[in-house]
Amino acid sequence: MTAKDFKVGDLHEEVLVEDLTRTQLVMYSGASGDYNPIHTDELYTREAAGYPGVFAHGMLTMGMTGRAITNLVGAENVRKFGVRFTSQVWPGDTLTAATRVEAVREEGGERLVDLSVTTTNQKGETVLTGTATAVAAGA
Amino acid sequence: MSEPKKVTFPVEATHIMMFARSIGDTNPVYHDAEAAKQTPAGGIVAPPTFAQAVAQFDPDHATRPKWGEKWFGSGATPSGIDGDPPSSGGLHAEQHFEYRRPLRPGDVLTATYRVGESWEKQSRRAGKLSFSERLIDYHDQDGELVCRARGVVVNTERPVDQG
Repeated sequence: MTAKDFKVGDLHEEVLVEDLTRTQLVMYSGASGDYNPIHTDELYTREAAGYPGVFAHGMLTMGMTGRAITNLVGAENVRKFGVRFTSQVWPGDTLTAATRVEAVREEGGERLVDLSVTTTNQKGETVLTGTATAVAAGA
Repeated sequence: MSEPKKVTFPVEATHIMMFARSIGDTNPVYHDAEAAKQTPAGGIVAPPTFAQAVAQFDPDHATRPKWGEKWFGSGATPSGIDGDPPSSGGLHAEQHFEYRRPLRPGDVLTATYRVGESWEKQSRRAGKLSFSERLIDYHDQDGELVCRARGVVVNTERPVDQG
């Protein structure tokens, strides 16, 4: 394995999902244990909760965004990952994560890389912004 | 002061595989033990957001139906209860994780739940917003702190206006 040469300003773009399906939301409910019907139950969501339809778990968007990060740095190297959810994600959405290397630094004898990430939908709306820190070993 | 809630969270390979599928991640490091051994991870690890799946092991988790109890989702009618759900869990506003090491199959974690700060804000799109912090510390079978999670949940006065 060769250490990856992260450089400040490096940009990476990754399509996280094209045409997000309701079945994917069902899968996420089942795996994560968050069975809130606003993610899987159209009848409840429209008629009782007052939303136009089911929408994605924020944590599904974070999980998919995490994929863009682990593909860059390696899952075993992630030390911090934090996000804000800025807009809802709906079935049919196509999401893209844009990652930028913000810093490469030494701390406690380790080489760390700081990343920023923004996930947008097909309309160009930001649905998530976040940051991550990883040991700079590379994926 | 009541004791903080503690939940035992056994990390299992099948659960990691299902979780990775649910976030659309086909990386063998999450499902193929032999292939994972050949990677720098040295074996199967969990994706970074997997810690949140502790919800499966929380006996009181608000957004999991409990057998024999009324559920706020639809059955014969749009909701199985009258009025607002007791706890819909709100909408997720922020989530932050810090890790000392990746989680691996065979880990037996103890998750300790604490309630953090709470605050309010007015918004045009959803009325009064009530924010609250939920903190979870994860210790492993050796008592080492391996992960800390901080979530911010927002409960809205009304559904968020669309558009």
